[in-house]
Amino acid sequence: MAPPPHVAVVGGGSTGAGVARDLAMRGFEVTLVEKGNLTHGTTGRMHGLLHSGGRYAVSDTSSAAECIEENRVLRDIAAHCVEETGGLFVKRPEDSEAYFQKKLEGCRECGIPAEVLSAEEARAMEPHLAEDIEKAISVPDAAIDPFRLVVANAASAEEHGARVETHTEVTDVLVEDGDVVGLEVEHGSGPGKRVHGTEGGTEEIRADHVVNATGAWAGRLGEMAGVEVAVRPSKGVMTVMNTRQVDTVINRCRPKGDADIVVPHETACILGTTDEEVSDPEDYPEEEWEVDLVIETLAELIPMLSDARTLRSFWGVRPLYEPPDVGSADPTDITRDFFLLDHAERDGVGGMTSIVGGKLTTYRMMAEKITDHVCERFGVDAACNTAEVPLPGSEEFSVLRNYMDEFGLRSPVGRRSVERLGSRADDVLKTDEPNPVVCNCEGVTRAELRDAIDDAGTDLNAVRLRTRASMGNCQGGFCAHRIANELSQEYDEPAVRAAWDELLQERWKGQRHALWGEQLSQAALNYALHATTQNRDRDPADTAGVGTPAEYPADAAGANEPDADEGTTGANAADDEGAGGVDFSAFDAGPDADSLTTDGGQHGD
Amino acid sequence: MAIESEVLVVGGGLAGLTAALASARAGADTRLVSHKQSTLRNASGLVDVLGYSPDGELLSDPYAAIPDLPESHPYRTVGVEGVREALAVFDSVTDYEGGHTDRNALVPTHGGTVKPTARYPPGAAAGLASRGDDMALVGFEATTDFDAPRAAAHLRAAGVPFDVRGVTVEFPGDLRADAAVTRYANVLEAEASVRRELAERVEPHLGDAARVGFPAVLGNEEAGFVREALADRLGADVFEVPSGPPSLPGLRLEDALFDALTDAGARIETGNPVVGYEGDRRVESVLVDRKGAEVPYRADRVVLATGGLVGKGIETERGAVREPVFDCHVPHPEDRYDWFEDDAFGDHAFARFGVTTDDGLRPLDADGEPEFENLRAAGAVLGGYDFAAEKSGAGVSLATGHLAGTAAAEETP
Repeated sequence: MAPPPHVAVVGGGSTGAGVARDLAMRGFEVTLVEKGNLTHGTTGRMHGLLHSGGRYAVSDTSSAAECIEENRVLRDIAAHCVEETGGLFVKRPEDSEAYFQKKLEGCRECGIPAEVLSAEEARAMEPHLAEDIEKAISVPDAAIDPFRLVVANAASAEEHGARVETHTEVTDVLVEDGDVVGLEVEHGSGPGKRVHGTEGGTEEIRADHVVNATGAWAGRLGEMAGVEVAVRPSKGVMTVMNTRQVDTVINRCRPKGDADIVVPHETACILGTTDEEVSDPEDYPEEEWEVDLVIETLAELIPMLSDARTLRSFWGVRPLYEPPDVGSADPTDITRDFFLLDHAERDGVGGMTSIVGGKLTTYRMMAEKITDHVCERFGVDAACNTAEVPLPGSEEFSVLRNYMDEFGLRSPVGRRSVERLGSRADDVLKTDEPNPVVCNCEGVTRAELRDAIDDAGTDLNAVRLRTRASMGNCQGGFCAHRIANELSQEYDEPAVRAAWDELLQERWKGQRHALWGEQLSQAALNYALHATTQNRDRDPADTAGVGTPAEYPADAAGANEPDADEGTTGANAADDEGAGGVDFSAFDAGPDADSLTTDGGQHGD
Repeated sequence: MAIESEVLVVGGGLAGLTAALASARAGADTRLVSHKQSTLRNASGLVDVLGYSPDGELLSDPYAAIPDLPESHPYRTVGVEGVREALAVFDSVTDYEGGHTDRNALVPTHGGTVKPTARYPPGAAAGLASRGDDMALVGFEATTDFDAPRAAAHLRAAGVPFDVRGVTVEFPGDLRADAAVTRYANVLEAEASVRRELAERVEPHLGDAARVGFPAVLGNEEAGFVREALADRLGADVFEVPSGPPSLPGLRLEDALFDALTDAGARIETGNPVVGYEGDRRVESVLVDRKGAEVPYRADRVVLATGGLVGKGIETERGAVREPVFDCHVPHPEDRYDWFEDDAFGDHAFARFGVTTDDGLRPLDADGEPEFENLRAAGAVLGGYDFAAEKSGAGVSLATGHLAGTAAAEETP
């Protein structure tokens, strides 16, 4: 029997991971490459809403119908990634009554369960809603953890034989005789790079077909293959609150606009968002007005938000696409639907298909369609099972457990661990070793961290996304060094130190947009802990210089590279004794110094 | 019944305690009010004076560098002799070491780095990085703050002039995996069998090490006793590696200072926040929130030592920076995006937020005039210095606390 066709999937977001899973389950040989960690692009930078479809029930009924269908599927196959919060579309007095009615009718026409609540009923459900709201429509919106979802898809793909390579950037698309025949990639290496997969070097990956699932980056990959994919990236801010002001997804019931959604998520709420077209998905301004706008506008629905503590803000870019002949001027008018671009048919370049547009809620359906397309291309007759087969972690996830007894963990910690791990909890948490809590804000234990490290190597941001360690109130202030310590079982000290710095810098990046009030106080404390107590800012061991981690992955949101600073030298310590250039003999060795120092240097020489 | 004192100190951190001590020792009737019972639990217990110049030079002599600091720096207000005087008082009321020399010491911390500091608790003395004798670091399996093998490798990377090894052992006491540091300390203090067993587990790993560092959990009240007991069994010097919160060395320092303050005859009240004041050009009384009721505490002179951003002596909102008790002027850039730098360890403007003062540490208003005739400020509520980058936090608190407390006591109303 001939070997199965080999498909290379580019992009480790929800779409790429979903496509890799589906292809692998249908018997293809699959290689998934992602330039960062999984969810590095747009998937890791969204508000985590599992749409009921209500949002599109007026403007885009076909999207709305797809959303409710996939909403039901994901509650089933990805139960451990979904929190069934429910959602409300809330109408304020100044919002249009006609639109409210259209929303209600639209939901019903699309098969979205929708019910009108009076203001009293809505406020009984969510007491922090403004007193002057008029009424609301309840819909089955939910919160979904995009990291957990993508990691589970990638794990499932691997179980079905796929090769997953993260921190692997496509440097060229190989084209022979006018057709795409594979990829040239560069594997990341060194501290902070994920060791999972191949480490370092370039590789030519020959493939029978390439799927471009790079979202907002699709144009770049297209360019390498000589085809034009005109994605219109649009940025939006998400502001993370330190607590759950609401337990239900709150939408503003008015036509699509900025700052109209609050999604409760784990210990936090995420406010969103703005919608501004940008020219480069990796380099765009993160602006103060956007943060102010979401807080102030959403405070019209939930007044306490105006004085609440925010932990950080982050931006994502939507991979919006519309056929070139539509020409919408405003990005909010561009459809949220997805498009499958068959480059053989469209551009006369065989061997590659791009998928653009779309949204997380329908990622599985998009993956199914593109896999159907690839099957057709190769004459493979295999049915799609991704809507029925649960993802790893969501198998048998219905049994109530006595977490405390079972894992020797304090009850809330155990419950939260099991919620994150789903059906993998047994494998991860049953250990004979002591299992202390490493991240107190989010209740993450050593066993869970080490499990994530097994998977993600020294990339502590990937570890963080898998476990939520360092994502609570302290933003790594108390736990960044502890998380780094967990690496030292397997990695040497310079790798640990670089990973530690990388985590500190990443945590800082998002907090910059939350630096007032309580969070500035927290940031000042963190700065004091890291700089005063740990001397991380001027560590003599860092010969590279102050605040310059060895590796510092460029971020989707336009990372500001720290300026390389001159190394730490000292007026009285300039002679380079040792790696850090510190003359130890110039410092106090205690009252009995003479008998203890090696070379008893005199002060001031 | 009116609550009255000559000098009222607001704030119970290092600066407030030092100010109250100076005031009480100078003979003034002194009262200290502090919202929180413990502020030093976040601090390593090391007393930094000045470890780095503003442009990042590592300093072995902090005093020599003070005259070159920017004029806005609190040390320039206090002067070198003022700093020395404050440290002499500190030395007289604590068992800290380092006073035998002007030189900074380099002390290994739980992160594995070394940091410059001027005074260190006796428990940290054997850890000084300028000693030449070999070192072993010991960590416990269930403690996550300190990974001894990694810290040892980190010290080697810093080029320390001795061999250092790290070992992780299981702590012999029957503690659950995330037991608090005080539990470790209590067990080590109370149970000879635990100390013996710990020494037996560590001993085979010592090699040539002449000194052994443990996490800073070696006893609460009787830290010296635990340390010496382990040293006897191990035949090596024993030290504690200073750590982050919750920090037993910080708490021990706090206890010592509270004791000294009580001995000096000051009255101490903790647990209630100061929420405002009465007065115009002078502070007539300070309002203390006692279970919801605002109670006036009358005083002739007042010292503000409520801390900086961390201690909430300085508060911010989007676009505004304030000192919340007396509403003293705090200069700051208008746009909050000018408050920080993009690097986590950049030259952050927020790190310098605080009140500006005259030569007598009186906070100044926007026009450069004293906000109140009888109000002085000390410690992190002062602006103009970045204590984290400079490693100067404790020293500025001691020096300005001492000056403010002394000046308040000596001022004739």
